[in-house]
Amino acid sequence: MTSRHLLIAAVVALLAGWGFLPEFSVTLLCYIGLYAMVASGLVMLTGIGGMTSFGQAAFVGLGAYATAWLCTAPQAAALLGLAAGSPLLPWLGLVLGLVVTGGVAWALGAVTLRLSGHYLPLATIAWGLSLYFLFGNLEFLGGHTGMGGIPALQLGPWSLASTRVLGLVIWGVLLLGLWGLHNLLDSREGRAIRALKSGRVMAESMGVNTARQRIKVFVLAALLASLSGWLYAHMQRFVNPTPFNLGLGIEYLFMAVIGGSGHLWGAVLGAAVITLMKQQLQDWLPRLLGESGNFEVVVFGLLMMLVLQRAAEGLWPAIAARVRRVLKPEARASHAAPMTLPRRALPAPGQPVLEARQVTKRFGGLVANQDVSLSVKAGEVHALIGPNGAGKSTFFNMISGVDDPTSGEVRLQGEAMAGQPSRAFAARGLGRTFQHVRLLKERSVLDNVALGAHLRGRRGWLSAMLRLDRAEEAALLQEAREQIGRCGLLAHVDDAAGSLSLGQQRIVEIARALAGQPAVLLLDEPAAGLRHLEKQALARLLSQLRSEGLAILVVEHDMEFVMQLADRVTVLEFGQVIAHGSPQQVQADPRVLEAYLGGAEPLAAAEAALEVVQ
Amino acid sequence: MDFQISMLLAQDGIVNGAIYALLALALVLVFSVTRVIFVPQGEFVALGALTLATLQAGRTPPTLWLLLALAAITLAVEAVRRQRGLTVDWPVTLAWTVVMPAAAALMGLVVKPASLAGQVIATLLLITPMGPLLYRLAFRPLAHATVLSLLIVAVALHGVLVGLGLYFFGAEGSRTTPFSEARFDLSGITITGQSLVVVGVAAVLSALLFVFFERSIVGKALRATAINRVGARLMGIPTELAGDLSFALAALIGGVSGLLVAPITTIYYDTGFLMGLKGFVAAIVGGLASYPVAMAGALLVGLLESFSAFWASAFKEVIVFTLIIPVLLWRSLKSRHVEEDE
Repeated sequence: MTSRHLLIAAVVALLAGWGFLPEFSVTLLCYIGLYAMVASGLVMLTGIGGMTSFGQAAFVGLGAYATAWLCTAPQAAALLGLAAGSPLLPWLGLVLGLVVTGGVAWALGAVTLRLSGHYLPLATIAWGLSLYFLFGNLEFLGGHTGMGGIPALQLGPWSLASTRVLGLVIWGVLLLGLWGLHNLLDSREGRAIRALKSGRVMAESMGVNTARQRIKVFVLAALLASLSGWLYAHMQRFVNPTPFNLGLGIEYLFMAVIGGSGHLWGAVLGAAVITLMKQQLQDWLPRLLGESGNFEVVVFGLLMMLVLQRAAEGLWPAIAARVRRVLKPEARASHAAPMTLPRRALPAPGQPVLEARQVTKRFGGLVANQDVSLSVKAGEVHALIGPNGAGKSTFFNMISGVDDPTSGEVRLQGEAMAGQPSRAFAARGLGRTFQHVRLLKERSVLDNVALGAHLRGRRGWLSAMLRLDRAEEAALLQEAREQIGRCGLLAHVDDAAGSLSLGQQRIVEIARALAGQPAVLLLDEPAAGLRHLEKQALARLLSQLRSEGLAILVVEHDMEFVMQLADRVTVLEFGQVIAHGSPQQVQADPRVLEAYLGGAEPLAAAEAALEVVQ
Repeated sequence: MDFQISMLLAQDGIVNGAIYALLALALVLVFSVTRVIFVPQGEFVALGALTLATLQAGRTPPTLWLLLALAAITLAVEAVRRQRGLTVDWPVTLAWTVVMPAAAALMGLVVKPASLAGQVIATLLLITPMGPLLYRLAFRPLAHATVLSLLIVAVALHGVLVGLGLYFFGAEGSRTTPFSEARFDLSGITITGQSLVVVGVAAVLSALLFVFFERSIVGKALRATAINRVGARLMGIPTELAGDLSFALAALIGGVSGLLVAPITTIYYDTGFLMGLKGFVAAIVGGLASYPVAMAGALLVGLLESFSAFWASAFKEVIVFTLIIPVLLWRSLKSRHVEEDE
């Protein structure tokens, strides 16, 4: 039995037992389903996307109030030219709710997008409070007393008035939603979403528009909440502001975190645990304390702190690991035939690919780079060396779009790149690695490398959710596998990237850069942490790439590695180019010797010293 | 609206703004030193105000039991840490877990001060050690977690404290006797002594904090920790002590704000949260980093609140909290490249 079989068995069991469950259990299951829908959005947002929101209850409220108003206000029906009580109204209410929610979420996301991650949750707290007060004070929404008389849903000839019938719809929608989210995560866009969490600079360098992805995940989570609100309104047939206050917004987050914020099923588990616990606690606590009030929040808060301190992953991974021991592993096979990925035409050998012209960078009074010029040509390995603090990293940031030069110009394949983000550099054929390895440590090597091919796919969220992207996805994974093989890591293709040695992780970064089929490759200290034989293998790989016409720029401290491999060397000291030329020329340059060895000594002695260093 | 009303509203706004400024100061302090977005800051306000009210009613404040419980648990945790071979700074630990709670218990159970000054001291002795105790129990185990995890813990702690507040003090609100009954007439505008006390104390407290950070070695150490934790540690500054201290200051500031505001408004167990959030709006104006901008933001929030209370009283909270959107937009437009999260 695989986990898929287990899921099917569970669904069948639920369906078979549905008619026999007592009314109370059905209602409880309905609530769990509604809450899980909201919590699954929070899982996407918190555990996977690395953002969070305390205001999901307000989005639920928007969904609920939108349909409540449209279905009950006489002006609304008149405005749409429908008779009051038309069975079409709830469906239009759904559309209205989704549109309003999507718009609000987009606006909130847009103002906090470029700021660090904690501004979004803070804005959601403020927003959750505001909307609650707004619901309570708007006359046409019934104020604090709320609005009644919301009609039941009507699906063609069937009425969904009874909870038992509506519950089936709720769980059907939930399972469909989870299927879509699961598919989304298992795709090109899913990799981009996961990349958001561990550093946006890396994701941007792979061509991911992180601002856009963040906003889309936030809107998606809000839409799921709104959908839940719509179902809620037609189940309760009454809305008032109370269930949409900030307290509930926080409770939704508790569900996601306690269930397991990195896993979609964690949302369902968390919703079930919190709902059942809440019901018990509301029974017991007032009796225990001899007072009435919302005391369950104390227990939930303590539980939450305990979970975050002791088991930040939540309950689901622990349960899943136990169950998985009994089950057969799922075969991760794709049946789709891979399509052919687009290939970029590489510039002719000797053609300059990446050019820096008089690049200067000032940080206040400090000049980190002054008039640095350098040109990396196709079919050539260019090395950038210099003592620590010479300004290599600053320069690297400017030619990869992480930072802008104060003056001067960076041209990539002939185009001036001033003010462009690093994803534009990636799109024009720049692939790079990082000095401090930036991989998604718990994801497989294959997943990490496939992220590098992000820009070679086109399929978006919707096709991923509906599994229309399989041919492209198969091609991306095949490409990733090929690059991994080329770099000699095929044995580790399914291992978690974090389990590899540091040297191997550096190679994974190179494979990831290659998966984007770059025209120019920037390597930041690729040989650091590599053993002797690994270095030789890396040198062979780079030579081969050079012969294929790639332009390669290497920042490196290992002189033996640089001098054997590089065609040309540029030496930086105190932010300025002090020498430039073939390895032999540079090695003989007195200024370089002075920079590295301190003091002008006779050439022979210096060369001998350099040998010793090697 | 005539001149007199607008002056009245302005006075109201400045008084509330002073309170929000204090809270914003505490929030910026805690965030910059420990990276904790301390959502429960406002709870100290409510706990402080309600503690003073119970003292004035001649009863033992139930927050005392909370403090003693926190102290006992922290002591046990430190003992366990010691067992596991971790270093425990006993003098500081004992100050938070034994000396101050004992003093608070002495004041609350034995002395039962009748004078307002005595009651104020008792309240502050009771509230201040809660800061470091809560830090050690809730946040210190997660010192290396992301800002996001710390924020979620902060929100959870807010839930716990509000729930406990309801249990301790019930759903009814309280008001305390004002520090000053004086009234001044300034060309037709009445200024209450209490509002002068609020603004004065807020100004003095901010000035003291400024001197503390600029002049004292401990204050400089805190600032160093805020700028670079690892570097500060390498220079021999114990970053855990920095956490303790910033939370103690936050609790103290929260407690003082509670004492100041309690005679002006009725304080309920959950009033502090909204006040704390208004402090947040102010702190966000300063990017959670700049003290002077945060204080200007607090004044803006206070004035906006009092004037919107006059024009559209039902929507005053909506207006104040929606202010955060243009503020964030402004901050967002100021930043260029993507900010790297920790």
